[in-house]
Amino acid sequence: MYRIFRKERLNPTVTLMEIEAERVAKKAEPGQFIILRVNEDGERIPLTVADFDREKGTVTIIFQVVGATTKLLDSKKEGEYIEDFVGPLGVPTRTDGLKKVAIIGGGVGSAIAYPIAKKLHSLGCEVHSVVGFRNKDLVILEDEFKNASDVLKLMTDDGSYGEKGLVTDALKALIESGEKYDEVIAIGPLVMMKFVCLLTKEYGIKTTVSMNPIMIDGTGMCGGCRLTVGGKTKFACVDGPDFDGHQVDFDEAIKRSSAYKEFERHAYEETCNLLNKKAD
Amino acid sequence: MANMRLTRNEMPSQAPDVRNKNFLEVALGYTEQQAIDEAKRCLNCKNRPCVSGCPVNILIPDFIKEVAEGNFEKAYDIISLSSSLPAVCGRVCPQESQCEKYCVRGIKGEAVAIGRLERFVADYHNKNKNSKVNKPESNGHKVAIVGSGPSGLTCAGDLAKKGYEVTVFEALHLAGGVLVYGIPEFRLPKAIVQQEIDSLKALGVKVETNTVIGRTLSVDELFDDGFEAVFIGSGAGLPKFMGIKGENLKGVYSANEFLTRVNLMKAYKEDSTTPIMKAKKVAVVGGGNVAMDAARCALRLGAKEVYIVYRRSLEELPARKEEVEHAMEEGIIFKLLTNPTEIIADDNFSVKAIKCDEMELGEPDASGRRRPVKKEGEGITLEVDAVIMSIGTAPNPLIKSTTEGLDTTAWGGIITDENGKTTREAVYAGGDAVTGAATVILAMGAGKTAAKAIDEYIKNK
Repeated sequence: MYRIFRKERLNPTVTLMEIEAERVAKKAEPGQFIILRVNEDGERIPLTVADFDREKGTVTIIFQVVGATTKLLDSKKEGEYIEDFVGPLGVPTRTDGLKKVAIIGGGVGSAIAYPIAKKLHSLGCEVHSVVGFRNKDLVILEDEFKNASDVLKLMTDDGSYGEKGLVTDALKALIESGEKYDEVIAIGPLVMMKFVCLLTKEYGIKTTVSMNPIMIDGTGMCGGCRLTVGGKTKFACVDGPDFDGHQVDFDEAIKRSSAYKEFERHAYEETCNLLNKKAD
Repeated sequence: MANMRLTRNEMPSQAPDVRNKNFLEVALGYTEQQAIDEAKRCLNCKNRPCVSGCPVNILIPDFIKEVAEGNFEKAYDIISLSSSLPAVCGRVCPQESQCEKYCVRGIKGEAVAIGRLERFVADYHNKNKNSKVNKPESNGHKVAIVGSGPSGLTCAGDLAKKGYEVTVFEALHLAGGVLVYGIPEFRLPKAIVQQEIDSLKALGVKVETNTVIGRTLSVDELFDDGFEAVFIGSGAGLPKFMGIKGENLKGVYSANEFLTRVNLMKAYKEDSTTPIMKAKKVAVVGGGNVAMDAARCALRLGAKEVYIVYRRSLEELPARKEEVEHAMEEGIIFKLLTNPTEIIADDNFSVKAIKCDEMELGEPDASGRRRPVKKEGEGITLEVDAVIMSIGTAPNPLIKSTTEGLDTTAWGGIITDENGKTTREAVYAGGDAVTGAATVILAMGAGKTAAKAIDEYIKNK
């Protein structure tokens, strides 16, 4: 059992939880992920590490309520426990040798991009962050990004905060203005990562993306998380989750991600009903 | 006077058309009468060829003699001297190619049903146990076991009995390894596995779940924590795919993923929160025990047609004969000498059909089996909505890549000597991580051998 040390609602659908997991906190690096189960008989879900505190022995996760399991997780209060929490899994994001990097975060993906920005910034790398959200209410981690970036572009789809436009608009403007990046690191919805990669390919800038497909064990046993990268089958859990974005077959990944949509919608509604009943 | 009947007692089982709709155990086990009667068929011969046919050398004639006399607990004690998981082995061992293969009664007639008797004894003990386990006195030495599958649990049990303080590290949230995520409920009820693990805990074995060695902790850190030896029984690992077109379509599973969803994640239960595709027509590619398990699970989840697609003939099927027979009785359709070439998608990126070549057998290949070669012609197309790939696994790179001095073979298996000792001091290994995909009992045998070697290593340090 793992205790929820701190819980904070970042926006109406995104929640931060700091979980007491000493061994995971000791080892975690940006880019890695954990797998958790909220309760017995629950689903195993992968979430990327958003932050960690080796001294306190806590690992921070930030998640959007999208399905039954995240809804259930969101219903847990500070001081309560979750059943299982295992990690850190996957290969850490490569940060050595980078002098100037553009970090692109989309929606809740910004939460995963943040620790990478933070680490690169602390290593003395010049960090330009571009984070995008649908509207002002959904903006998260603005101050954190400010502290970890030399340049911060905050975008909203509707222009209700920051600049109006997509992250690709801002990235293109930065590149066009003459900024030269060693690498672009993009984390967000699959469609966003796909378009960032199309853009950076035009300019020949190496681009790393973080993939978060359907997964069960997270140690290479089930193969559910497989992707096509450079024409070869790769497992996100042991080969990734970071991959060369120009090699990833995004169209396939997008189709695969919808495998259980029907099931998930049904489960989500059931969970909502159950939680509402409990509240009555 | 021995019972000289040539045939063995039948195993009472659920009828095929009943059991193919439920996940309850297929074989129901002998009654006391049936067990005693079968035990009396043993001649208690001098040579005891059965014992050398058993990878863990259970004193078979001795325990059977006790069964014949109705001393079931005594029989259990004798089995326990050699095996830590008798209720598991009695169910999933390929006895027909081990102990029973060498049984003298098998020369003229059927071999004594050793596996069924072992299962009877273990179940009797588990049902009637009231005796407190005597936890051995600690000898003060700590040993770490990586993985809680059959090799790890056996190694843990043997060392604990000798007084070692044993901790088993498991990556998943539940201990048991392939016994809980792989082998289905109807072949090995999970309550039985749990009982066996509880027996080990009663001996003082500690189990730490949610701990991935190679990530959460490294082998080096285990030594830093005071463990004097480490046994790696991390299992087989990454599922293989064929590399044909359409393998990443929705509705294509590895057998590991499919079985994990069904068994470990309990997708077979009505109220389960685990998503699984309830396919109507399923093709399982492969011919091993795992393929049979996957096919029979798919049937029980409500599929109307389930195919085993295998490129060689019935004779070469690597699965246990009993499993193949069970599968056939339940209505699994065997498409033999059939080799998939492409999985075809519908408009929704989901599986619509699987295209296969028809094969015939040519000259023997390196494995000694006749090599399947493509027959002239169009081939066949099976309309299915799910495909389960069950063509083996490749070793998991996690431990190898994080442990210095641990040598592996070209295909990634950990290299050991005949005692399970690896190329790294104080590190031992066994089971599928060493041999590649094999059987539960071979893994247990390796765990047992390594336990003996670890004991000698620590004593002589």
